[in-house]
Amino acid sequence: MFGKLQLSDIPYNDPIIMGAVVSSTVLALVIIALITYYKKWGYLWTEWFTSVDHKKIGVMYIIFALVMLLRGFADGIMMRAQQAMAAGADHGYLTPHHYDQIFGSHGTIMIIFVAMPFIVGLMNLVVPLQIGARDVAFPVMNSISLWLTVAGGMIMMISLGVGEFSNTGWTGIAPLFEKTYNPGVGVDYWMWAFQLAGIGSTLTGINFFVTIVKMRAPGMKFMKMPLFTWTALTTNVLMILSFPVITVALFLLTFDRYLGMHFFTNALGGNMMMWNNLFWMWGHPEVYIVILPAFGVFSEVVATFSKKKLFGYTSLVYATAVIMFLSFTVWLHHFFTMGNTPDVNIFFGITTMMIAIPTGVKVYDWLFTMYRGKITFTTPMYWTMGFLTIFVIGGMTGVLMAIPPADFVVHNSLFLIAHFHNMLIPGALFGYLAGLNYWFPKSFGFKLNETWGKLSFWGWTVGFIVAFAPLYVLGFMGMPRRLAHYDNMAWQPWLIVAAVGALIIAFGIFAQLVQLFLSIKDRKKNMDVTGDPWDGRTLEWMTSSPPPDYNFAIIPKVDELDEFWAMKEKGVAYKKPKKYFDIVMPKNQPHGVVIGVLATAFAFAMVWYIWWLAIASLVGMIVTVIMIGANDDMEYIIPADEVERIENEHFAKVALAQANVNKNETEG
Amino acid sequence: MRKRSLYNLFKFGGLLSMVVFLSSCSNLIVLDSKGPIGQEETFLIYMAFALMLIVVIPVFVMAFWFAIKYRASNKKADYQPNWAHSTKIEWVIWMVPIAIIVALSYLTWTRTYQLDPYKPIQSEVKPLHVEVVSMDWNWLFIYPDYNLATVNELVVPTKTPLSFKLTSASVMTSFFIPQLGSQMYAMAGMRTRLNLLADEPGTYEGHNLEFSGKGYNTMHFDVLAKNPEEFQEWVKQAQQSPDSLTMPNYMKLSEPSTNYPVTVYSFVVPGLFDHIMSKYMGWMGSHENMKMDMHMPKDHSSDHKMHMNHKTMEDK
Repeated sequence: MFGKLQLSDIPYNDPIIMGAVVSSTVLALVIIALITYYKKWGYLWTEWFTSVDHKKIGVMYIIFALVMLLRGFADGIMMRAQQAMAAGADHGYLTPHHYDQIFGSHGTIMIIFVAMPFIVGLMNLVVPLQIGARDVAFPVMNSISLWLTVAGGMIMMISLGVGEFSNTGWTGIAPLFEKTYNPGVGVDYWMWAFQLAGIGSTLTGINFFVTIVKMRAPGMKFMKMPLFTWTALTTNVLMILSFPVITVALFLLTFDRYLGMHFFTNALGGNMMMWNNLFWMWGHPEVYIVILPAFGVFSEVVATFSKKKLFGYTSLVYATAVIMFLSFTVWLHHFFTMGNTPDVNIFFGITTMMIAIPTGVKVYDWLFTMYRGKITFTTPMYWTMGFLTIFVIGGMTGVLMAIPPADFVVHNSLFLIAHFHNMLIPGALFGYLAGLNYWFPKSFGFKLNETWGKLSFWGWTVGFIVAFAPLYVLGFMGMPRRLAHYDNMAWQPWLIVAAVGALIIAFGIFAQLVQLFLSIKDRKKNMDVTGDPWDGRTLEWMTSSPPPDYNFAIIPKVDELDEFWAMKEKGVAYKKPKKYFDIVMPKNQPHGVVIGVLATAFAFAMVWYIWWLAIASLVGMIVTVIMIGANDDMEYIIPADEVERIENEHFAKVALAQANVNKNETEG
Repeated sequence: MRKRSLYNLFKFGGLLSMVVFLSSCSNLIVLDSKGPIGQEETFLIYMAFALMLIVVIPVFVMAFWFAIKYRASNKKADYQPNWAHSTKIEWVIWMVPIAIIVALSYLTWTRTYQLDPYKPIQSEVKPLHVEVVSMDWNWLFIYPDYNLATVNELVVPTKTPLSFKLTSASVMTSFFIPQLGSQMYAMAGMRTRLNLLADEPGTYEGHNLEFSGKGYNTMHFDVLAKNPEEFQEWVKQAQQSPDSLTMPNYMKLSEPSTNYPVTVYSFVVPGLFDHIMSKYMGWMGSHENMKMDMHMPKDHSSDHKMHMNHKTMEDK
């Protein structure tokens, strides 16, 4: 009935795990109780869970990413605390086996369940609006992608309290993750959580690729697309091409673990080197999947807040495309030390360094956008400035590690950890948080609190430097990564400094939460009535905040790169159209959330060998997909009168706001 | 006000990293190499940093200069909302990084051949061969030249090329002596190579850098580099050791354990390294009963598998 699952698999004798389990369960129960008390289940189901509206799906993705960020950060600070303590005679507060699970779940969560949903969430919020579309190409598939990602996250959360998590890092380590060395369920949890989210990401890639290629407003040629859309497009190409590699690699591992095959084993012709190749053939493009859209955010932010056209738009587009192509040619730099010939190492070393060229160009393009501009230092601009300065240091250490003989002495040490956090925190996360602050008013109709936003920036920035500069030093001191305990006492002071840095980052996260809380509380004071709170340049600022379901009553015609800015210059913005039309929109569908629930059940059943449940949920998923095809009730019509009413309301608000501005100007 | 705090932050960050760097120089063992391989690699690190500063320093200068000069409150600054292209600037920002990467590529090209871990070190002194076996979670070092073996301690002569062969009796590991240079993976069923040299006598740390399970954090060892004469004395002493690494003893040793006491063996069962490797030779060896495939010469079969990984087959 329950496969391998027994009551003893719940680690109730471990106070640390149980503390986490109990607190998250209690929190979940409180939320469920509140929803029930306020009778919001129906609202959540009809307006959110079954929604196929890209704007709502985007919001759900970002909420999910922020929740998982807290979990991933808790893992991070636990590791820093352990390493600050566990020197010499002191073995810290975690057993090695517990510590080994934490570094795996930290990495898996941060990449797959924070970075990916955050960036997909931003793409959902922004891309259709930026290209003047009413939704994505495949709205139901979009909902399926979301719920598959959430299903993966649920599997991660369940692994905390039922059984154990993988001890083979977020990358998987062949052949350590094979049944011979890892008979427990940890690796299976990792594998299935990763698999579900990965399939969701492939679907997202296809969806947004088609959306951008086919659904742009008339006149928006490729070279008139906003840069965020460009980076989204390149990211989608990378997702479509690279995610199937990891899907297949994980299935091969599944065959190894479930059917006794030998793809990555030591014995019988298995080859652990193949795992490294397959994993990083996805893994390296993945780095650019999460970073390129952040570059897109910085491009939008720097142009908007410098009140100036983006410098070198063409250069930036080509640089992005070059990075996209090169990202497929560098995977081997993750294992220069595997005994490759110098020829192979040189090839991959040089292709890796070549990525620094377009990246350097981009940094200079952003700087020259600021040059001769009129810069206002809002929170998104703070994040951008932090990125520009700290990121180049990570770039420097990255090029250093691209030189094979130099890599031979820093690979797999804390230097490597410092390097990739230096890329992913300032490079990706700062971009997401800039994007969150920048587009939040568009989604919700009010701005975020600036003071707490900036405090969050300082927490993250100072915390980042204090937490990760010591790791560079420790790398040069020869400290290996992933140590649950060490005997070299010279390392300890640096690890204590790093732990303090993690605490400062914790303040940054706290400030971020306070920012959200205060902004919602004081939303009346920070309303965005015009839909254009930042004096924006691109189409998303043309419509109201939050946008109506149909985004644009009349799809705009695009002549310029910064179309909305140009409209404002020409004085043709906010012109009422002569006539409105009926608008056909996709109807909310339950299929996505049903597939998500079934996928969670399927993965859990596979982890614990509960075969009847696995078969039942798999069949259920297939039936649900067939039902999508058989569903004729997919659309609804918003009549022209209704559109006119909504639009007139918005125009009235804009007129009032403009009158206020004029009055203030004449008075002042 | 805001700009000042931004400025102060970076001043603080800069000072902090300087202090961090200077005060820990004595402990930066990776940069304080005691052998030619490591010294060359350290030189590369410094060179690459110096070249990249050409791009990085202007970024810092411009970020602060532009941010301060073109702030909205500075009414005196030039404002050109439509200035978005300059062929001259584009040339510079593409060409300077390209030039630096070309220079680094040249460096990479030459140094990667020069510092190939498989390349024997040129010397008049005969090299010392060491066969390294990583086990769960201990290190076995076999000295085929002297029919000796040690566990969790590596003793080597100075100024003598060290020629390592590596394999794993279990999962993948990475063998690294920070003060001598280059690390190399050890993988079951395969043989990788590493060539190092110690210039000065001393005790150096050795580590496993690839996570290998529960006992990973204990997989470090001491490397004792001795003058050639002292090394010969050590060999003589070691040959007196009562312990011998027979097959049953090896089987016991290779069982999962942590912190196995440092042991010296005066006898090693012949062909142990090849035997360990052949255990996982896939279709070429048989897995369960560890029988060698007699139709396939040992060395040939091992090189066949290595062929995929490295073309060096000098010891055929």
